[in-house]
Amino acid sequence: MPADYLPILFFAVVAVVLSAIAVLMPALFGPKRPTSVKLAPYESGKLPIGPARRRFSIQYYLYAVLFILFDVEIVFLFPWAVVFRDLAPRWLGLAEAAVFVLILLLGLAYVWKKGGLEWE
Amino acid sequence: MDWVADFWIPLIKAVVVVLVLLLGGAYMTWGERKICARFQVRYGPNRAGPFGILQPLADAVKAIFKEEIVPNHVDKIIYVMAPGISFAAVLITFAVIPFGPEVDLFGQRVGLWVGDIEVGLLFLLAIAALGSYGIVLGGWSSNNKYSLLGALRAAAQMISYELILGISLLAVVLLAGSLNLREIVDFQGTWPLLVLQPLGFLIFLIAILAESNRSPFDLPETENELVSGFMTEYGGIKFALYFIAEYTAMVVNSAIVVTIFLGGWKWPALISDLHPLAGVGLFLAKVLFVLFLYVWIRASIPRVRFDKFMRFSWKFMLPLAFVNLLATAAVVAFL
Amino acid sequence: MTVSQVVFILLSIAALGGALGVVFARNLFRAALALVLSFVGVAGFYVLLEAEFLAMVQILVYVGAIAILIIFAIMLSRRMMSSETQPWNEQWVGAVVVAAALFAALVFILSRVDWPATEAQVPADSISQLGQALVSPDFYVLPFEVASVLLLVALVGAVIIAREQ
Repeated sequence: MPADYLPILFFAVVAVVLSAIAVLMPALFGPKRPTSVKLAPYESGKLPIGPARRRFSIQYYLYAVLFILFDVEIVFLFPWAVVFRDLAPRWLGLAEAAVFVLILLLGLAYVWKKGGLEWE
Repeated sequence: MDWVADFWIPLIKAVVVVLVLLLGGAYMTWGERKICARFQVRYGPNRAGPFGILQPLADAVKAIFKEEIVPNHVDKIIYVMAPGISFAAVLITFAVIPFGPEVDLFGQRVGLWVGDIEVGLLFLLAIAALGSYGIVLGGWSSNNKYSLLGALRAAAQMISYELILGISLLAVVLLAGSLNLREIVDFQGTWPLLVLQPLGFLIFLIAILAESNRSPFDLPETENELVSGFMTEYGGIKFALYFIAEYTAMVVNSAIVVTIFLGGWKWPALISDLHPLAGVGLFLAKVLFVLFLYVWIRASIPRVRFDKFMRFSWKFMLPLAFVNLLATAAVVAFL
Repeated sequence: MTVSQVVFILLSIAALGGALGVVFARNLFRAALALVLSFVGVAGFYVLLEAEFLAMVQILVYVGAIAILIIFAIMLSRRMMSSETQPWNEQWVGAVVVAAALFAALVFILSRVDWPATEAQVPADSISQLGQALVSPDFYVLPFEVASVLLLVALVGAVIIAREQ
C-alpha cells in the first residue's frame, strides 16, 4: 500500500534536512582564509603530478557487468524464495531454481577460466 | 485523514529515531576509540568529561568551527552533496527496521517501527545501493587521484558484496516466507535464524562488513596507500559527516544483523509474557553485542589486500552463498 | 489535492527534470547522475501504483547496477572524464525529426487505446503470486529459465568484449 510508505517519506525528509543542515552549516561558522597551497589537491605534500582523472582498469567494468547479471538473477529469485514453502511439489521448484542458478554459475565458470576474475 | 495517527505519530517517531541514530553514531566513535584503546593497553579518550564521555561533543564543536576548505577544481555542488548523501542513506536504511512490538504510549497504540512495508528486505538492499553513490560522488568530485581510486575501489567492493548479501538473504526469505521484516522477526519467535542458518549468518556478516567498508575490509580508505581514499580532500564538518555516516552505518548494520539473524526484539527461547518495552531493551543489548563484535574484529584482524579480496568475493563467497541457498532449499524441500 | 497527487507531482518533476538533465548536461558524469534521479522518480511511481516489488527492483537494478556501470564506463574513457562535451552536433536536425515522429506516434497510440480500468484492489500477496507464476509449468517457467540463458549470453559477450582488446 502506498500509505505504508508515508512514514518512510517523513523519515527520509527528516534525514535529508538534517544532512543538508550539517553540510551547509560551516558557511556560517569558521574562518575563511584560503591560500593557493591550501586549495591544491593533496598528494602527500608534493605538487600534484598529471591529471587527477585518468582512465582505470577494465577490470572494474567487468565486475560491474557481472554484478548487473547476477543482480537480475537474484531479483528473479526473490519471489521464488517467498513462495517456495507453499509450492505444491517443492522438489520441482527446487529443480527449476537449481537449473536457473547453475546456468549462470556456468557463466561464472567461463569468466573464471578466461581469467576475467584476475586482477592485473 | 486522522492527523494524530497519520501525521504526528510518524513525524515524532522519525525525529526521535533520527536523533537516537545520530547520538548512537557519535557515541560509536567514542566507544570504538575506547575499546580499541583497551585492546592495545591504552586509555583512549579521557580528557573531555569522565571517561572522555564528552569527546564526541567536543569533536562536533571542533568540526563545526573549522575552516571550510573547498579545493580548486572540485565539482562544487557534487562535492558538497556527497557526504550528505552518504549520511542520509545510512539513516534511511533504518526506516524499515522494527525495534519493538506494538505498545500503548500516552493513550495511543504505537508500533515501535518507522515504516512497515511488504518488501522491507528489498528496501534495505535498495538503499544500500543508493548509499554507494555518496562515496562514488565524493571521490569523483574531489579532483584527486587517490580519491578517485578509492571511490572506484569502494564501488567495486560494494557491488561485489551486495550480491553476496542478496544471496544470503534469499535463504532467509526462503525459510521465513516473507520479505516483511516484522514477519521475519515473528518467524524467529522461538529460535533466532542464526540456528537455522549458521553458514548464511557467517556469509552475511562478512558481506555486510565488506559492504560498509569496515575493517578489515576498509580498502577504499587505506591510509598507507590511498591517504584515506575518497575522503582525502574533505575536512571540517564534511569529513565529520562521512566519519559519522560510517559509524552510524555500523549501528544500523548491527540492527539489521540483529533483526534478520538474532531474533530482533524477541527473546531467544519461549519467554513471551514480559513487558513489551523489555523487548526494546533486548534489541539494544543485542545491537551493542554486535557492535562490540565489530570493534573486536577491527582490533584483531589486519587489513586484507584489494585484489585478493575481490578474488575472494567472486571465486569463493559467491559460489558458497549459492551452495548455501540451494542446500537450504533442498533441506526445506525434502524434510 | 490529495497527498498522492502532491507526491505524484513531485515525482514527475524528479523523473522529467532528471531526464532533461541527461539530455542537456554538458558534463557526462552529471548527465549520468541526472539519469539516476530520473530512475528514482520512476521507482516512486511504481510505489504509487502499488507495485512495491517492481519499485525496489527498479532501484536495485537500474540505480544500483546499471547506473553504476554507466559511471564506470565514463571513468574508463579518456575523453569523457573531465572535459565538458558539446551536447549538440551537426545531426541535430535529423534527431529532432526522429524524436518528433516518435512522440507523435506515441501520442497517437496512447490516445486511441481504450485503457481498461478496474475497481479491483491489488492482491495483498502479489509477490507470492508472482513467485507461483514464475515456477508453475502452466505459466512462465520456460521464460524464467530462458531468462537465465539470456543472462549467460550477455555475460559471455561482456567477457569477450572486455578481454580481447
